[in-house]
Amino acid sequence: MSGLFLAKGGPVIPSFGKPDPCIKHQHWFCTSWVQKHWGDILQPALIQHIELSLLAVGIGFGIAFVMALIGFRFRVLDAPLGAFGDFLYALPSLSLFVILLPITGLTWTTIEIPLVAYTLFILYRNTISGLKAVPAEVLESARGMGLTRMQTFLRVELRLAVPTIIAGLRIATVSTISIGTIAAFLVADGLGKPIFDALEAPDIFKTELVAASALVVGLALVADGLLLLLQRALTPWGRIR
Amino acid sequence: MIASVFINAFRFIPDHASLLFHKGVGTVELAFAALGLAVALALPLGLWLGHKHRGLFLALALSNFGRALPSIVLIGFAILIFRFSLFGDCLVALVVIAIPPILTNSFFAVDGVDPDVVEAARGMGMKEAQILVRIELPLGLPLIVAGLRIAAVFVIATATIAGIVGGGGLGDIIANTPAYGDAGVLGASYCVAALALVTAGALSLLQRAAFRRMSPTT
Repeated sequence: MSGLFLAKGGPVIPSFGKPDPCIKHQHWFCTSWVQKHWGDILQPALIQHIELSLLAVGIGFGIAFVMALIGFRFRVLDAPLGAFGDFLYALPSLSLFVILLPITGLTWTTIEIPLVAYTLFILYRNTISGLKAVPAEVLESARGMGLTRMQTFLRVELRLAVPTIIAGLRIATVSTISIGTIAAFLVADGLGKPIFDALEAPDIFKTELVAASALVVGLALVADGLLLLLQRALTPWGRIR
Repeated sequence: MIASVFINAFRFIPDHASLLFHKGVGTVELAFAALGLAVALALPLGLWLGHKHRGLFLALALSNFGRALPSIVLIGFAILIFRFSLFGDCLVALVVIAIPPILTNSFFAVDGVDPDVVEAARGMGMKEAQILVRIELPLGLPLIVAGLRIAAVFVIATATIAGIVGGGGLGDIIANTPAYGDAGVLGASYCVAALALVTAGALSLLQRAAFRRMSPTT
């Protein structure tokens, strides 16, 4: 039989070279694999993950900010809007992705709607409580200085709320980066893809799991640090304390 | 056309009630066992650290790290490291997921109790353990229950995700379109969402009741 597969010059079966001993023995982390697949697996997934997280937090912040303005202006709506955020937050991510699939298909819309929904809970809460926490004396002196209602909001209330708003953004960003991996169960994009691929491989492909997880956690920590720097830059008075 | 997909999924629920109930019990068992274990581990530690006003860094670091680590990654590592059984591995992962919100909230609940109240209790001759159980625990209850609610939501969501790797429960149906069809996958998703909403709603009511009882105006 083997003669069938042997041409004159030697075997026709392509040679894959020697298997990497590290991969063959299922070590926890093989640098060679990461070097080889950084360009075609890890880096594209990382960039997609950054894009889909930025998009979700950006849209979520826009919606939550408008919600907070409404809740702040019309206080009766504060509790219902907060409860709406609670409701969305309680929906399990996997089932939300699955329920959206027939409507929005295998597109980024299916990823973004749940991710945006989850940011609303924390972003709404933090934005409105930051606005409400401005002391009455501060508002009184703003009025005493002759500021209009709009000026008071823009120059006093909004600025004093910045640390609380950014604290909310930090939590929302880190959670979005983390939950974004689940989306890859349906739409194979972002860092969730290498994670699911690794888990579906026979006996779990450890290197890919470790590398992709490290990128997720690293990305979350970097984003968190950048937002902290943004907060420092926006609230120069905070450094005096 | 799209509507029929959703209607079929609703029909799936009564048509396969016993299957869904059986799988649902699996999810509930896994989720609540994890929640119970996490409460047993994290609540006393959080209360004690809060009482001593120590471990702020631990509470913050743990909650940050817990948020950053994706649940699917935790399950993967639990399967690789422990290799008990799939149920056992998923249970460990779920406990790890549930600990941060419970620990952090119970820490801040007790840490934030008005020091004057604690001082007054001490002046009345209460022992430290009595202060913790009779003063700080009831006053911090709303925040503690809030942490429990977040943990419950996380754990139910993650118990479903455990189904993807074969951990059983309703996630089994969601991960298996060839066997259960689109209607089954959607129907099971409805059930998971309903389970999470009912649990979160019940804990919200409990939180509100605790808050009403503990607010000084009444």
